[in-house]
Amino acid sequence: DIDDVGHKYHLDLVLEDVLDKDSTVNCTAEVLYHLSNKNIAPAVQFTIEGELKNTDEADYIFYSRIKSLEKELVAENMPDSHGSVSPEMEPIHLLAQVASGYVIWQNSTENTTFQLAQIKHVKQVKRSDDCLEFDYMILLHEMVSQEIIPWQMTVLWHPQHGVQVTQDSCQPKHALE
Amino acid sequence: LQLDFWLAPRSPGYPVDIRVPFPSLQPLKAHLEANGVFYSIMIEDVQALVDHEQTEMLRSSRRQLPLTTNTFDYATYHSLDEIYTFMDLLVAENPNLVSKLEIGRSTENRPLYVLKFSKGGTNRPAIWIDTGIHSREWVTQASGVWFAKKIVLDHENDKGLASILDKMDIFLEIVVNPDGFVFTQTQNRMWRKTRSRHPGSACVGVDPNRNWDAGFGGPGASGNPCSETYHGPYANSEPEVKAIVDFVKNHGNIKAFISIHSYSQLLFYPYGYTSTPVPDQKELDQISKKAVAALSSLYGTNYKYGSIITTIYQASGGTIDWTYNQGIKYSFTFELRDTGRYGFLLPAKEIVPTAQETWLALKVIMLHARDHPY
Repeated sequence: DIDDVGHKYHLDLVLEDVLDKDSTVNCTAEVLYHLSNKNIAPAVQFTIEGELKNTDEADYIFYSRIKSLEKELVAENMPDSHGSVSPEMEPIHLLAQVASGYVIWQNSTENTTFQLAQIKHVKQVKRSDDCLEFDYMILLHEMVSQEIIPWQMTVLWHPQHGVQVTQDSCQPKHALE
Repeated sequence: LQLDFWLAPRSPGYPVDIRVPFPSLQPLKAHLEANGVFYSIMIEDVQALVDHEQTEMLRSSRRQLPLTTNTFDYATYHSLDEIYTFMDLLVAENPNLVSKLEIGRSTENRPLYVLKFSKGGTNRPAIWIDTGIHSREWVTQASGVWFAKKIVLDHENDKGLASILDKMDIFLEIVVNPDGFVFTQTQNRMWRKTRSRHPGSACVGVDPNRNWDAGFGGPGASGNPCSETYHGPYANSEPEVKAIVDFVKNHGNIKAFISIHSYSQLLFYPYGYTSTPVPDQKELDQISKKAVAALSSLYGTNYKYGSIITTIYQASGGTIDWTYNQGIKYSFTFELRDTGRYGFLLPAKEIVPTAQETWLALKVIMLHARDHPY
């Protein structure tokens, strides 16, 4: 507890590569939830021991594949009801998980626990520059209230520039129907 | 030549499609070539295509109606009809061990079925297991189906299970919330609650795990009908919940009660509605520790355990709080795989491993109940 400021947490964690369970990296972090303004994201500082895996090759393959598509990519319900994601769509799914991490961070308080539940819809947006742009409609699952919250996010990605969420907004519940 | 025109001749310049019987192939080719008529082969072997289509159609129709519980596909998600058919098949194949009871009807009038596994006796002390109380938690109903088959497969050759059934009965309700389950398949995969309607609100459904008479309506549930944790107008308002309450009270001899959810990989004992520890806290904690170790031993899946309120959050009107207060000491809730990567949309290939590891934990609880009669 930090009087008049908020609650600070010190975390020791292990990061595990979702695609390779044996690949782990230690991490320490400090998270500060602000007392005064609950509308700003918690402040996070972290250090990673060692290095994250290099993914240049896989990045490049995915990047060129999307760049060479004749029509803009469109997909729905990822994973589907049975938990399947087709192998070609897996990078789109992973990209959503990373981007939703940002959205979740921006909207977290000490009383929330968000997970990405599903991609309802994703549409590629053609760009004149080198970046890939995707317009996602995702469902976030908030575990304390058990609510499913539709959320729109616009995601930019480039192998060298990383992921950026340029726009995101919470959608009304009936945006789904 | 017995030529079968699939695209009949129209006028010069338009193509013609012909199915050619094998003996007529050479003569036709010779004729076309002699007259300078261009041709190409669209389908090499029509019979092969027809045969393939036949097998595909047979396979998909077999999906609708499993013929035996041995040909049933446990590694995929099934419809309510398929699960109900499975139950009937299991009973028909094992009439001396398994029977099906109807304990009530859902809001939309679907039957609520419980399978009873018994080697005899009258009103023996019993273990209750339920899955599918929250309809979107699909790995639970799928695991329930697997558990049913597992009991049948192992009831004689597995010493532990055989000894449990020598003294106790097992009741298994695979689909506690059939209305919600059908809704997840037809309209909204993320539906959690029942499908009851309430005057004064356009919103549908009550959270069946907030509707029990234990701290009902207190903090940890919502009074808003549009909320996912709406407790309902009064305790046991939901027929799905009332049916179990009536069954438990009428039976009077249930010694262990296990309610199964997903996801988070957690094992809970009561309470959720209050931070007062249960009198049997120490024993339940020890059982949990053992059960979780057994579960992990199979695939290394990590679980945490503890009371509901200290492990996740305060929740009132919950199932195992009520059953514990009824005197069912061994009351537990599981949250199965995973921890959020797929969440409710757990890939079908994880159904069997999840069911297998969970079964090891269930056996720990059941064996303890067998060895500690009360």
